[in-house]
Amino acid sequence: MFKKLSISALAALTLGVGSMGTAALAAEGGGHHEDIAFSFEGPFGKYDENQLQRGLKIYTQVCSSCHGLKFVPIRTLADEGGPNMPEDEVRAYAAEFMVADEASNMHLYDYDEGAARQLTENDFFPANESQNAPDLSLMAKARAAFHGPAGTGINQFFKGIGGPEHIYNILTGYTGEERVQAGVTYYENTAFDGGWIAMAPPLYGEDVEFDDGHANSLHHEAEDVAAFLMWTAEPKLMARKHAGFVGVIFLVLLSSLLYLTNKRLWKPVKKAAKEKAQA
Amino acid sequence: MSGIPHDHYEPKTGGEKWIHSRLPIVGLIYDTIMIPTPKNLNWMWIWGIVLAFCLALQIVTGIVLVMHYTPHVDMAFASVEHIMRDVNGGHFLRYLHMNGASLFFFAVYLHIFRGLYYGSYKAPREITWIIGMIIYLLMMATGFMGYVLPWGQMSFWGATVITGLFGAIPFIGESLQAWLLGGPAVANATLNRFFSLHYLLPFVIAGLVIVHIWAFHNTGNNNPTGVDVRKSSKAEAEKDTLPFWPYFVIKDFFALAVVLAVFFAIVGFMPNYLGHPDNYIEANPLATPAHIVPEWYFLPFYAILRAFTADVWVVMFANWITGGIVDAKFFGVLAMFGAIVAMALVPWLDTSKVRSGRYRPMFKWWFALLCIDFIVLMWAGAMPAEPPYSTISLIGATYWFAYFFVILPLLGVIEPAPKNMPATIEEDFDAHYGKPTEPAE
Repeated sequence: MFKKLSISALAALTLGVGSMGTAALAAEGGGHHEDIAFSFEGPFGKYDENQLQRGLKIYTQVCSSCHGLKFVPIRTLADEGGPNMPEDEVRAYAAEFMVADEASNMHLYDYDEGAARQLTENDFFPANESQNAPDLSLMAKARAAFHGPAGTGINQFFKGIGGPEHIYNILTGYTGEERVQAGVTYYENTAFDGGWIAMAPPLYGEDVEFDDGHANSLHHEAEDVAAFLMWTAEPKLMARKHAGFVGVIFLVLLSSLLYLTNKRLWKPVKKAAKEKAQA
Repeated sequence: MSGIPHDHYEPKTGGEKWIHSRLPIVGLIYDTIMIPTPKNLNWMWIWGIVLAFCLALQIVTGIVLVMHYTPHVDMAFASVEHIMRDVNGGHFLRYLHMNGASLFFFAVYLHIFRGLYYGSYKAPREITWIIGMIIYLLMMATGFMGYVLPWGQMSFWGATVITGLFGAIPFIGESLQAWLLGGPAVANATLNRFFSLHYLLPFVIAGLVIVHIWAFHNTGNNNPTGVDVRKSSKAEAEKDTLPFWPYFVIKDFFALAVVLAVFFAIVGFMPNYLGHPDNYIEANPLATPAHIVPEWYFLPFYAILRAFTADVWVVMFANWITGGIVDAKFFGVLAMFGAIVAMALVPWLDTSKVRSGRYRPMFKWWFALLCIDFIVLMWAGAMPAEPPYSTISLIGATYWFAYFFVILPLLGVIEPAPKNMPATIEEDFDAHYGKPTEPAE
């Protein structure tokens, strides 16, 4: 069984967060954003399998208590170009997954048992709307950073669109200040548009122990879970870059050949023009 | 078909004659691809082939996407994710289609501005120009409705804002808006009709593209000098032209391959750069995004739409003179469509007898300013509707209208006679390649 260490604490902290509050996680991301050199950035960037697996563990033990991943099929954890976990491990993972929000997952409800049935690898990750927290499947593509200079978005060309960075910066951007407004607690966060977020700090560092003893400071955990959420949002990233690269190579080759063909085709025409003009 | 004298298809074998006397299709194809084309066309004449490719790309990728897409408010978003995750190659097809729209508009803007600079709209090519403008309008409608289909937040709210424009029309607006939406608000009926029309309009565009090509094949292409091809005899015409095949087909394919290399780099390495992140959030009628921004290719006209607020004197004047019928919102709608109508009317607004901007010393500067204006408006359209952006939009919109309704009509009268204009296309071509020091293009 997975240890859901902070389930009750988190549930209590974020209870009463309105859907409007979380939807206000504005895509414009007005806050401060630090650029992270993720392994999957750039034309040749690749996902780091180990990092994705660590991110999955953080999602499972921490994030999943409030957030769903309803567009992600569990079987894709075994995909190449993703976490690439062995199939039996994925099956075991699915079987152990606890459905936190039965009301949002009625298709999983077993009427004989009176509870959600055991998941299989062919199920999707359950939705979780119990705390009105947004689904995380596409979060890394639904947020952006680096809008400058002057709103032109040119920075994104060099740094990336900034979705995973936004997640990282939210997770590490808490100042520790709190305020209560209309019965809802808000937490000051330097990365959040408007500065106050309804999500309680989910990670403090050393929240999750990794089997291989990988570092689990807040900075490491935030990076790992941000990378994992980039994979959930864009599972075909590596296949896409590969296809794009092959396409570019072939088109460059084709343009070179067409350039030479065109040059030879026009040569007599241009030569005649030159001779006539110089005569 | 062409007004320029050239060789026509002659059936030789018995079989060819048999077909030709029944259906002269080979002759039609021959005459179309062998059209005499001005020798001196520069690289700005390649966008037509890019546009033809875009239309084919969008139709082919679109037809496959439709096989996996579900046009229902509860399932559309999930079906797009199904395409992105489960359909073989689906993620790449969708990104091709999504960025294909951007390439389509990128190419059409360069195509239009090329026409504006070299006077391609002037007699006798007015009908080619008008049909082009209709194609452009249909492209905008198709692009807009296609953006609604994934049913993300920007799809939903974009649809709400844009159909709301029709609601601003006095008296009939509200009924018209409800008729367009299929109900009082954007809902399943809207999604279904947009899906239907998004599939239909590309074929209407394809039909108009044929008419567009037919029209300019009849007049002959314009060229960078704006000087007509000599048509008195075939021998004379051949001094100014070369057959489209193989000279321009190979040249255009080379340019297309270069453009596509860049396009594939964008699709492969940064497919979401031109999109809005909010469209990866499923549509939620209860949560309005902080900024509703259309796709980049609509931004200049979106800026014009928002520029005319209630505190602008022309808006106040229009409101007063019409007894309140024309309010700021309706004025904005009129301005946005008017900006496109102004472009469509340019053959009759430009009074200059000189076709090509290359030989118009004053025109050049005003045209350069129009290009800058277009880019500034695009940027201002993406910014929030507040000072200083609203002021910048207003200045930009004013220049847009001034260019078409004031500057172009006046320039034709006050501009001095052109200098160094070649008498023939041949002369221009020979002069260009005759320069001993300049490397050939």
